[in-house]
Amino acid sequence: MLTYILFALVIGSVYALLAQSLMLSWGLAGLVNLGLAGFFAVGAYASAMLTTWGHAPIPVGVAVAMLAGGFVGLIVCFSTLRLRDDYLAIVTLGFAEIVRLVASNEVWLTGGTDGISGIPVLVPRDAGIWFHAGSLAIIAAAVAVVYLLLRRLLRSPWGRSLRAIREDQTVASVAGKSIVRFKAQAFSLAAAIAGLAGAFYGHYTSYVAPDLFQPLITIYIFLAVTAGGNARPAGAVIGAYLLVAFLEATRFIAELAPGVSAVQAASLREIVVGLGLVLILSFRPDGLLPERSQKAPVQ
Amino acid sequence: MDAVLQALINGIISGTLLAVPALGFSAIFAVLRFPNFAIGALATAGAYCAWVVNVSLGLPIPVAIFAAFVGAGLAGALLEYGALERLGRGGALMKAIGSLAMGMVIENIVRFIFGNDLQAFDLPLARDIVFGPIRVGPQQLNNLVLALVIMAAVWAFLSLTSLGRSMRAVADNPDLARLKGVNPRFIALVTVAIGSGLCGIGGTLIGLDTAIDPLVGGRVLLSVFAAAVLGGLGSIPGAVAGAFLIGIVEEFTVLALSPAYRLAVGFIVILVVLTVRPSGLLGSKAN
Repeated sequence: MLTYILFALVIGSVYALLAQSLMLSWGLAGLVNLGLAGFFAVGAYASAMLTTWGHAPIPVGVAVAMLAGGFVGLIVCFSTLRLRDDYLAIVTLGFAEIVRLVASNEVWLTGGTDGISGIPVLVPRDAGIWFHAGSLAIIAAAVAVVYLLLRRLLRSPWGRSLRAIREDQTVASVAGKSIVRFKAQAFSLAAAIAGLAGAFYGHYTSYVAPDLFQPLITIYIFLAVTAGGNARPAGAVIGAYLLVAFLEATRFIAELAPGVSAVQAASLREIVVGLGLVLILSFRPDGLLPERSQKAPVQ
Repeated sequence: MDAVLQALINGIISGTLLAVPALGFSAIFAVLRFPNFAIGALATAGAYCAWVVNVSLGLPIPVAIFAAFVGAGLAGALLEYGALERLGRGGALMKAIGSLAMGMVIENIVRFIFGNDLQAFDLPLARDIVFGPIRVGPQQLNNLVLALVIMAAVWAFLSLTSLGRSMRAVADNPDLARLKGVNPRFIALVTVAIGSGLCGIGGTLIGLDTAIDPLVGGRVLLSVFAAAVLGGLGSIPGAVAGAFLIGIVEEFTVLALSPAYRLAVGFIVILVVLTVRPSGLLGSKAN
């Protein structure tokens, strides 16, 4: 039971990193990233390939995963940032599908649908319960670092500029802010954080495969971020842990439902998650921790 | 040479299949101004309505297609008025995110009822029609004709009926249309029902061509978006032209690359079009 709780907390921490990523791109910059699962996958594969096949140390793999995520983020947003926001939504949604397509088909690069197994883990597996506890400590520390970093960034002039751009592009550009540059920075930093989440995920489960990066993950994180409050780093983190608690609870409820097959139970859970997101978006769009209006510091 | 000609013909046929849902997506976008990501799931829902009518009730294909139109149209209208309309206050992108989530809900309702297995329509077995080196399935020809008839009907509806003219007026300028006494909310309802219905027909035509499973609509989603973006988001003739181009390019890609990458064509086309010509081929008001 303790192992199970630790496992859920690790997954919650990985989701907390993803939620921070979405909080930055969507909550702060107003850029809808429907390809979060894709950036998650890019990070997971980058670090898995480097450490499993290239025998690189894990910190190198994790760093490269962040760089890869950030770089791919720049490419994906490149042609859309000057255009209307809905183009970014369509492009990012397509991007996540393409990542899955490449991961399933380029066997020489990604192992195809079999995925990559035997990825080096953060803490030796034979440490028993300490394997889970140690991994949790490392990933939760990363969540804390990202949280502090983002909180610092949001209070900086950079964060205020992002919010200004989200609220009114025209006013922000009249005030001399380069809209495209700020958006690109926010989007690729967010993608790098998603890449980091992917790397940790692979180094915890020691397995990555295309099926793990379904669009469902993106919906999960949207649910977490909206539930927690989409413009507050603390809201995103709390939302992610709440989401995991909620998902695990639905797992037990689905098992209790009589006469429901495994496929039906899985689809019931997805129905509940989708409906949950739409209900929160319509009844409590500000989440548990609404954004506080911040005053610019007096000079 | 023969392979190229065959690919061209296959491309035109799959282009017609893409054109019907692309038309639906574009019509919804033109009037409601948000990308409705639920159209893939609506196409799936329509295909399953048609399958029930055709296989379980044993009725002929044209009745099944009508059922797909009605079923998906009702589902789409219910989605808009039950869930998405109230999200509109948060902006178009809130509706887009909501539609993605509701698409997942619809897809899983289908999966809950029908399971994950492939289902085939009740069609007579028929030999391919052979013209020299070129082969075409008779069902593909039927689909081509059906799709063309449906597109002609949509065109006639938009240009000849007063409801169709009101739809175009709202798409063009909602405020002006309101001044002229058109009720935008009613027009939006009609548009979303017709657009979703067309997606349902699209899913059915694809199912008639191959088979259906809960992901049948989701698989063509990217190609449908690509057709709409290529033609200029919100432009109805553009969506049709875009669909043919995407269909043909996809078939030519299959000649050179693994068929798995057919899907990637849509994505690449979207990126290239947005970089080079953001308003699409026939669009002017995309920005």
